[in-house]
Amino acid sequence: MRHKAAKRTRVDLFLTFLRVALTSLVVVGVFLFVMQQLDADNVFARRLNPDAQALTRAQFEGLVVSGLSQGAMYGLIALGYSMVYGVLGFINFAHGEVFMVGAMTGMITSNKLADAGMWDPASGFGDANFLLALVIVVMVCTLCSTMTAVIMERVAYRQLRGAPRLIPLITSIGVSFFIQQSSELLLGPGAKAYARLPEWLSDKQSFLGAEIERTKFVVIVVAAISMGALWYLVERTKTGKAMRAVAEDKEIAALMGIDVDRTIVTTFAVGGAMAGVAGMLWGILFGSVTSFTGFLPGIKAFSAAVVGGIGNLGGAMAGGLSIGGAESVAPLVILEPLGIPGVSQLKDAVAFTMLIFVLLVKPNGLFGERLSSEDRA
Amino acid sequence: MTGVATPVAPARGALDQDWRKVVRLGLLLAFGLVFIALAGMPVGLDTRVVIEPVLSMGYLALLWLPLVIGYAVSSEKELEGVERHAKGPRELLAGLLVGAIGGAGLLLLAVMLDNFDLRDPLVNWSPQLLALLGFDNGVGFSAVWIAIAGGLGLLGGLLHVVPAVVGRMIVTAIVAVLAVSALEAVLSDMSEDLGLEFVTDWLFFVRGGLTQSGALVIAAVGAAYAAFGRTRVRSARASFQALEGQQRKLANSAAVFVAAGLVVILPLFLGRITNELLVNVGLFVLLALGLNIVVGLAGILDLGYVAFFAVGGYTAAVLTSPNSPGFTPELPWGVAVLVVVVLAALTGLFIGAPVIRMRGDYLAIVTLGFGEIIRLLFLSDWLSGYTGGAQGITNIPGIDLGVTTLKGTDPKSMFYVVLFFCALAIYVSWRLEKSRIGRAWMAIREDESVAEAMGINTVNAKLLAFVVGAVLASFSGAIFAAKVGSIFPSSFIILVSIVILVVVIVGGMGNIVGVIAGAAVLIGILGGPKQPGLLQEFSEFKLLIYGALLVWMMLKRPEGLIPNVRRTRELHQEEFLQDAWLKGHIDTGDDHGEGEVAPA
Repeated sequence: MRHKAAKRTRVDLFLTFLRVALTSLVVVGVFLFVMQQLDADNVFARRLNPDAQALTRAQFEGLVVSGLSQGAMYGLIALGYSMVYGVLGFINFAHGEVFMVGAMTGMITSNKLADAGMWDPASGFGDANFLLALVIVVMVCTLCSTMTAVIMERVAYRQLRGAPRLIPLITSIGVSFFIQQSSELLLGPGAKAYARLPEWLSDKQSFLGAEIERTKFVVIVVAAISMGALWYLVERTKTGKAMRAVAEDKEIAALMGIDVDRTIVTTFAVGGAMAGVAGMLWGILFGSVTSFTGFLPGIKAFSAAVVGGIGNLGGAMAGGLSIGGAESVAPLVILEPLGIPGVSQLKDAVAFTMLIFVLLVKPNGLFGERLSSEDRA
Repeated sequence: MTGVATPVAPARGALDQDWRKVVRLGLLLAFGLVFIALAGMPVGLDTRVVIEPVLSMGYLALLWLPLVIGYAVSSEKELEGVERHAKGPRELLAGLLVGAIGGAGLLLLAVMLDNFDLRDPLVNWSPQLLALLGFDNGVGFSAVWIAIAGGLGLLGGLLHVVPAVVGRMIVTAIVAVLAVSALEAVLSDMSEDLGLEFVTDWLFFVRGGLTQSGALVIAAVGAAYAAFGRTRVRSARASFQALEGQQRKLANSAAVFVAAGLVVILPLFLGRITNELLVNVGLFVLLALGLNIVVGLAGILDLGYVAFFAVGGYTAAVLTSPNSPGFTPELPWGVAVLVVVVLAALTGLFIGAPVIRMRGDYLAIVTLGFGEIIRLLFLSDWLSGYTGGAQGITNIPGIDLGVTTLKGTDPKSMFYVVLFFCALAIYVSWRLEKSRIGRAWMAIREDESVAEAMGINTVNAKLLAFVVGAVLASFSGAIFAAKVGSIFPSSFIILVSIVILVVVIVGGMGNIVGVIAGAAVLIGILGGPKQPGLLQEFSEFKLLIYGALLVWMMLKRPEGLIPNVRRTRELHQEEFLQDAWLKGHIDTGDDHGEGEVAPA
């Protein structure tokens, strides 16, 4: 429970100042952006950014769609963070690595299948071999990610139930490091390319007047389907009920005859599977992967889980979309009109600033936390 | 744990094994060995010789694991009131079997290497690995691994069976040989200045590695120490600790002076490279002491600690370098440090204020985000007018003392600068720990709500921890800038924060000696994120080792190798409570089991 101090301290003042400063930054940026869109020669638009140029509608749509597709991926990863936090009350820092394992195995499988001739870049739309290959890749990705998550829980986290909450967090940092470096050592350094996608999948599609890669739509659709499946699992099945019960109170759940250990493993497995799907989508979207691919998306996905309200699955997805959208749109919509050069370099900084901003303004996330009372402390 | 001694039951029969455990650990060992082999350690480390010509670091990477697991398979937790058995053939057999299964794993790998080509995903799937596993004698010869690993597992089991002192002799002998081998560069360096070259010439082979006779003598010395010297050292330490009042104070300060004196004269006997290493260790000691205040004392897990290091480094660079784009006057380093302190403290406040009210784990991620934001800002075009962007700032003049200018090219004098700041940091940490604010930090670490209820202003106390930590890290950054002479955003990646965290945790959170020892051992031997250590061949593998070490420490010994007493109690509260309950010191009162320790 947040205790309200009767006296406002200097720290409170500073925080208020920060809130106001960040909000006004956003407001001014957006205002200048609107001015710039209306007329690039506008006094307001020229004031801070002398070379202001209005974005075309196609550019803007491109930004939004790529933001959403990336955000959908963050959302899928965020589900794992959110579920584990809901059940065990700690941040599984290594979850980003689970995602990386998915992307890596996807890379290996797709290349092997391409060697075998099944993943053929020349294949036409709906080629049965290619679709089968795609299914195999998805299955291998989810399987490997799930296994990574389950082994991780068994080896590192199970012994730490009930330890002070920073202990499992530090452990998971070690796990994350270990998996990252193992991948680097086993598979070698550098970026590794996915097998080339057939043209009917990688081509651009005109959408409301803008030309957008079809893969981006694929990512959004696949993410939506996975999210739906997860929602069904958690809200409509017995396993899901057990998961919710364990998240609410482990002891009482155990008294009700729920196998807590098994439910926790299931939680890790489901989160891992979602991360595996996200890993494969990453491969399709960007075409290459390194051992450090998991780090930044992992942190951003955690931010997404917090932004949406941790423990809240719909919130995780919405948080992912808003972080993805913000980091894609905000540099050009808020920062560029303010006259900051090289805004695309600040993409990652935008994501983290958004996390800080949300925690300052709405510490429980945009859609509210769902945690047991002991975790909320 | 003292208590009613349980009588020791006779040893169990050799076949009365916990077969599942044997097979499980055997498979684990096999998996571990194959992993190490495929991670490239044996081949990558083969160039470093430990004992000429029989043992290289590459083989050692495979040999240590069977020994450890052979020992682990028969270690059982000794619980009060649970029957204990004498150790005997059962333990030997278990070790042997586990080792043999592990060796079989390597044989299988060798056979696979010979018949399949998986080089596409696995980069270390190479003929060199095959040759190494077969001792250059073909695949069939790698069956020897079953014997080798089995033998080492047997040795591990033997450690349970032999009297404790013999076990200690074996372990100390092995550790002594490895330590001397690791310290080879330092020892040969020192011997040149001390005129003891004949010793090291005899001890070490010309192209590196111990000679066989040298290794034998060192092993013998180690064993002899374990057999005879250890008890004397123990009793001396006990009598030292038994001193009281004035005498204790005197003895303590004498010990501190001796240690300080040794550190002061040490660099005089060392060459360039080892002194450089000392400077790196010193920089990390400084960082670790700072993080120790934040994490160890106040219990705030700051993962963006590198931000303060970066602020220190960049401020010093911008102010002193003639090449810094945004600031023309070149200030002397000493003046720059004053600005560094102010800026670092402000950054500490700025980062600290928004995060201190957050839950501990949110705080960790948000500080990590801040650390990354600060690096990205230094890298960006936006601030490149001041920080030089990706090109960084070059031509930093070093430390201008009026008489001379100390530069990174002269690590000996640089070391004394680092030493001065380390001494300052040690003094500050030590006084703070004993002070009112130190006790407030510890109270916050243990329970924030209770601390607040006791009238501690938690917000101010935590902010102060942030600021002190920030200032210490910024010193390190300022020295780093002067030492390296140029500064780039890539020196300040998140990895640095994590490595410092590993150092603090392995050494022992909250314990100054532990933190210093942790930095000396880890950074000195394995190296920092970008700095090489004594075992330069490990540079590829050190991060993997750091990760594994972090997990292992958290699982087995979260209080660190040289723990802080109070911190240990917090981490093992439940065990202590159970122990007290078993001995009847606890009055549970009701059946909820949440017993409170009865007043003594």
